Amino acid sequence: MMNKPRHIAVIGGGIAGMETASRLAQAGYKITLIEKERITGGHLTQWSHLFPDSSDPAIVVSRLSSALSHQNIKVITSTEITDISKNGQYFNLKSGSEMSLNADAIVVTSGFHLFDASRKEEYGYGLFDNVLTSADLELMMKNEKPIRTASGKKPRRIAIIHCVGSRDAKAGNTYCSKVCCITGIKQAIELNKRLPECEIFCFYMDLRLYGSSFDGLYLTAQQKHKVQFIRGRLSEAAEKPDKSLQIKAEDTLSGRPLRMDVDMIILLVGMEPGISHNNFSRNGSVQLDENGFLKCKDVHAARNLTTQTGIFMAGTCICPMSVSETLENARSAALEVINYFERKM
Amino acid sequence: MKKTAKIKWADFNKEIADDNYYYLRSCIRQNFFPGSEKAFLDILRHNLHKTIFDDASHTTCAGIGYHADIVTFETLQTIAARHFSLMNERGIPSAVVSCITSFGIYSEILATWEEFPEEKEKIRAYLKKATGREFEVPENVVHSCDIIYKFRNEIAAQMKSPLINQKTGKPLKIVDHIGCHYSKMFPERGVGGAEFPKVLTGMITAWGGETVDYPERRHCCGFGFRQYLVKSNRSYPMSNSKKKFESMAPYKPDAILANCPGCTMFFDRWQYTLGQIEGKTYGEDGNGIPVLTYEELAGLVLGYDPWKLGMQLHQVDVEPFLDKMGVQYNPDDKYKGLNGKYINQPDFSGCLKV
Amino acid sequence: MKDLDFLTSTPSRQIDYEKFDTRLLDSVLENETSFLTCMSCGGCTATCSAGNLTNFNVRKIGLMLRRGEIDQLSVEIEKCMFCGKCTLVCPRDINIRNVVLLIKKGIALLKTENILS
Repeated sequence: MMNKPRHIAVIGGGIAGMETASRLAQAGYKITLIEKERITGGHLTQWSHLFPDSSDPAIVVSRLSSALSHQNIKVITSTEITDISKNGQYFNLKSGSEMSLNADAIVVTSGFHLFDASRKEEYGYGLFDNVLTSADLELMMKNEKPIRTASGKKPRRIAIIHCVGSRDAKAGNTYCSKVCCITGIKQAIELNKRLPECEIFCFYMDLRLYGSSFDGLYLTAQQKHKVQFIRGRLSEAAEKPDKSLQIKAEDTLSGRPLRMDVDMIILLVGMEPGISHNNFSRNGSVQLDENGFLKCKDVHAARNLTTQTGIFMAGTCICPMSVSETLENARSAALEVINYFERKM
Repeated sequence: MKKTAKIKWADFNKEIADDNYYYLRSCIRQNFFPGSEKAFLDILRHNLHKTIFDDASHTTCAGIGYHADIVTFETLQTIAARHFSLMNERGIPSAVVSCITSFGIYSEILATWEEFPEEKEKIRAYLKKATGREFEVPENVVHSCDIIYKFRNEIAAQMKSPLINQKTGKPLKIVDHIGCHYSKMFPERGVGGAEFPKVLTGMITAWGGETVDYPERRHCCGFGFRQYLVKSNRSYPMSNSKKKFESMAPYKPDAILANCPGCTMFFDRWQYTLGQIEGKTYGEDGNGIPVLTYEELAGLVLGYDPWKLGMQLHQVDVEPFLDKMGVQYNPDDKYKGLNGKYINQPDFSGCLKV
Repeated sequence: MKDLDFLTSTPSRQIDYEKFDTRLLDSVLENETSFLTCMSCGGCTATCSAGNLTNFNVRKIGLMLRRGEIDQLSVEIEKCMFCGKCTLVCPRDINIRNVVLLIKKGIALLKTENILS
């Protein structure tokens, strides 16, 4: 082994950062985990259910949190890294003028931010009371609030809209966010459990159910929960006098324009590269790919390596990923870091 | 479109020149709502103290011919180039276009030239050959509603009658309708983009009124030259307008405010037509919903005489709206011309002939 | 003979790829490459002003073009009003208005060459 424990800075305290940090700590490295929010756990702290097993994300987060209380790990919260520079054999990380630290290697786990649905203004998010995002719905369910319209009524019909801010040149994102389709189906099922009388329609362009158990969930949604699927992209939503919503799409399978009144709309917002990526790329320390995510050195052989030697990455800063993929990816990043130092010895 | 991809339209404002404008008039507005363009010039000169040049030598933009497949795009561009040349001659850098069709035409031409510079050079040669003129592209081309929007607060400061129902003390409810060619083709050329342009709602709220959002708000009025120019197709535009009336009526709007000559005319006249065909009206007491141009609304707010604004030419009676606003007018003067001479009057105005 | 209707008078409903007339499609694709990326989401049809009141379907215009159904296409294409709303909503940023324009130009050319009645 090494004479002196190597110091690794992990930027981002979501699940990717937590998993990477704890795996590296177990391998004997010294870790500083830096998180810009007050607490670690990232987006999962705002989420209610995980697909495909409908489990509680708090279980994942609490397992990772306890692994963080390792003697080799120092966690700094409420701190955002604004600058990274190479200083001889060290990397220097700064947060404004308040904090500066040196590290032998960096793992970027800065994650994603959700697409701002108000940018698709034809869907009326932020304008109409009963247009929600998938994240709003998760928070509502997490807080165990009953699913009600803004005026407190039980919704009788809900439309779930796929691909909001994803696969959309007009929103500037041509990639697929990958996890929204299955999230929509999971949410449709959860809605049906809470509102058995309510009709639920999913408006999709393609259903991209890539996971081995995802199609099973699709079947369950159809068979057990009577969720209905319409293949057509929403063109607009408008509010009616009673605050219900009128939506327009083409029912592409019958080839006719369709109009429908619903009490609530759920917009499945996609993942966008974290804003902080610009901080990393500004001084040329790492490059971004065509979608604004961090570019990997080799898409097959070196997925966790950025274009800068010594800076690694894991999780959704690379591309949209599910929770299980993120965790696998984080473990793979930890392995890459270990290999890097062992080769150096 | 790439450059606009990450725009959040609700926060989007376009550039509108401050002063020193060249006015490009509309062909059809002077027949449909003849007082509006005059009111625009008056408001600009007398209320806002701006300089605007009204040029007798500019012509039609030929948009009607273009949209009816009679005038070619090359001809259209050459006509626009001539207008730009007239502006250059006067040394005026900013154009204000009165008509939405024309505004769409200028936007289309400028976008074409940006995308295909060789097209601009071709037109340069055509204009030179046809008229001996040369031209440069204006610095700023906006629609006249953009100007009223820009100075909405200055107008509010001089307001005589706010958009308040004098009987109830509540804000008047006004539905806006934006002409399709204002920003649906080029969202970045409209205040607030294509889906929810703020250009008219900004005026309504600045002057004390309340805007109304209704499901078919973004739907086209149906005007489309290639529809209504063919008589047998005319029920088509009418059914588009009807779709909108049906959708807005439950909100009981006090007026419709539009920024396009075609939309304003259609909403006004079709309410009569639909009343005659179906016996149904969409306003109160058998009247339709009054339809106003933004110059008329600005004029009323500033205390102009409604008959000087040309409001006697509306099919749907405007008096109920004037009464709600508390505008002073003399009913006997309705059909008096500029010099006080009787200008004749229609057999009937309103929607339902009983 | 009535019993043999399927044999004699009913045209096959099968899409026969081998009988496609691709000239029109080729010319459109050459001049408007964005059309390659259509994924048939139907956003265009949902917002289409013409399709709201007639049986016009702007998405199917593209489909007919791809399937070489030029006779039917030449009838349907006349229903477009060129308002451009389809282009505004297209998530692939396809210049649909130009696609329609190119189809009309192409059809006019085929007609002058007496290829299409």
